[in-house]
Amino acid sequence: MKKKGAEILVDALTKEGVDVLFGYPGGQAIPIFDALYDAKNINTVLVRHEQGAAHAAEGYARATGKVGVCIATSGPGATNLITGIADAYLDSIPMVAITGQVSTPYLGTDAFQEADMVGISRPVTKHNFLVKDIKDLPAILKQAFYIARSGRPGPVLVDLPSDISRGYLDNYEYPAEISMRSYKPTLMGHPRQIEKAAELIKSAKKPLVYAGGGVISSGAHAELFELATKLNAPVTLTLMGLGAFPGEHDLFIGMPGMHGSKTANTAFQNADVIISVGARFDDRVTGHVASFAPNAKIIHLDIDPAAISKIVRVDVPVVGDAKNILTALNKVVEPRSRNEWNAQIDSWKNGKLFTYKSSNDVIKPQYVIEQLYELTKNTDILIATEVGQHQMFAAQYYKFARPRMFLSSGGLGTMGFGLPAAMGASLGMKRKPVVNIAGDGSIQMNIQELATISINRIPVKVLILNNEYLGMVRQWQELFWNRRYSATCLRGSNLCGDCTSPENCGKGYVPDFVKLAESYAIPGFRTSKVSEVVDVLKKGLAVDGPSLMEFMTATEENVYPMVPAGKSLDDAMEEA
Amino acid sequence: MNTRTISVLVENHSGTLSRISGLFASRGYNIASLTVGETEDPSISRMTIVVEGDSAIIEQVVKQLNKLIDVIKVIDFEGCSIIEREFILVRVDSTKSSRHEIIELADLFGAKVAYVGATSITFELSAPCETVSDFIDLIKPYGVKELIRTGKVAMAQTKK
Repeated sequence: MKKKGAEILVDALTKEGVDVLFGYPGGQAIPIFDALYDAKNINTVLVRHEQGAAHAAEGYARATGKVGVCIATSGPGATNLITGIADAYLDSIPMVAITGQVSTPYLGTDAFQEADMVGISRPVTKHNFLVKDIKDLPAILKQAFYIARSGRPGPVLVDLPSDISRGYLDNYEYPAEISMRSYKPTLMGHPRQIEKAAELIKSAKKPLVYAGGGVISSGAHAELFELATKLNAPVTLTLMGLGAFPGEHDLFIGMPGMHGSKTANTAFQNADVIISVGARFDDRVTGHVASFAPNAKIIHLDIDPAAISKIVRVDVPVVGDAKNILTALNKVVEPRSRNEWNAQIDSWKNGKLFTYKSSNDVIKPQYVIEQLYELTKNTDILIATEVGQHQMFAAQYYKFARPRMFLSSGGLGTMGFGLPAAMGASLGMKRKPVVNIAGDGSIQMNIQELATISINRIPVKVLILNNEYLGMVRQWQELFWNRRYSATCLRGSNLCGDCTSPENCGKGYVPDFVKLAESYAIPGFRTSKVSEVVDVLKKGLAVDGPSLMEFMTATEENVYPMVPAGKSLDDAMEEA
Repeated sequence: MNTRTISVLVENHSGTLSRISGLFASRGYNIASLTVGETEDPSISRMTIVVEGDSAIIEQVVKQLNKLIDVIKVIDFEGCSIIEREFILVRVDSTKSSRHEIIELADLFGAKVAYVGATSITFELSAPCETVSDFIDLIKPYGVKELIRTGKVAMAQTKK
């Protein structure tokens, strides 16, 4: 059948199951958007900034498990996607980014709005394509989706020159199957390695299950649950893994690492066998690598061979998909009864993984998260976050019951991720409410998406913990840089000195988030009173559609525990 | 610095070389030499890369290369018998009086005269890298005006 390039794209998107995509048009992308105009089964959401489109596609992918799609025009439109693409790359999120490009005769001429997207995106994509011949387009699109979602998932960029999207292909047919000799991910764990893992587990007196985002992308949470409960082994989940094991379960000991629970970190340092599932021993988890888990033999289950023995030496590697490996492992692993190790874990945990000093005078950010949890734990909502202190408080104090309910930028740590990700997630999940837990710094990084949320009536509940600072950097400055709050106070200016003279402190805070929300036709609520926290939460959550809740919190609250960067997990700082 | 020779079979399309060199650059690995050319199957190119680094680094290099979508196969030659060659062109100063001596020396290495000029001779040599280096050392005193090394190409003695 004769078809235009842009129509081939739309047909491919439809056949790949894309129901929502996020985009922003521009000169070289007009043919694509023109074809989308007729696409009845695809909801094309116009964002307000291309970065928002990329994060929205990520949010969609993180919540649904399907490939998220974003589309931008050439040049600045395409480069604006890069942060979101890099974010997806570091968190292994399946995404296909389509970028318009100048037409092929103009490639390499520094044409208007030309940017070398294949070159720019190469280090932050799993793979990328520049379509130079319309005959290649169907296969490239098929491969793009296949590469994005298979193996260790990741973002794929397809750069589409406008003469290709405007051009015609005579005998178009979307490929039914795909075979790439150079790309064959290993999905089944090697039986001998699985046996070895089971043997090592059998010898364990102090086993620890350490699981990450790989469990979620593989859909292996039920298998993980079976393994952990069969072994009576404590479970620690990375930031990316939260929700892969029920947060309320007795065996759950919280997130490990820099802001991890003392129980999880102590468990690492005392365990004799660590079963790592879909986690990559990130530096925020291990702390000082040489002193990490000194007594443990390590079993590492990962779909990416390159993740194995990259940071820590692994005793039993098993390469494959987590669900497949765990299914096989569960068949051969012998049940283990509780022992002193469990008693020790329970005594470390002592009923609570994280603690803070509560206050009746000033709103503690942790308190807001706790109350949010109490109000929403039996409802079907998702939680997104931006990046910073609020993100860590959310990870510590919200108990995630299900996989794919916590959406956070882990590897790249992208401020501005949460708001667009929340809207993408909600649209992917048939307009489920999503609470975006934000700091007053982060929320301003993609605040323009309030327009997208408002106009499309997306039930995103923006929850701002306003401490009037870039809190996480301020915390580092307080603890490690002699309280020199350089460029972290959002009230101040360079006129108010070193925060020693309150009379010079900046007058008033901008923006007024409640008024700002109102200007976007979004109801906003604010409080600085502890006694009103629950009420504001209830009001914000009760709104049918988007809402904004702002909590004026303690300004200099810190996230504890904290393992300073590069220090051993043994050296966690606690609240004084 | 330890070096290791690896061979990388890749899809022969544009941009593949930049993916490989970009990977080395962004992950901080060092390339001592890199050669690339078509194979018996024109859709496949073969790169011979001499990498600097200890065995842990080499292990990561091989894994990361394998992750690239355009990479079909990575062959690490560590511990196996290989045939390796490097080709050079070298222009050496020569006078009437030294010409004979230089040619005699080159002859010992199996280097061939590629061009003779009034004041210089250009040799071509294809030999194992070490032999090539030895040859260069020995002719250096005569005055090397210009030198081009292709970098190593290598294959296993029997098909791997």
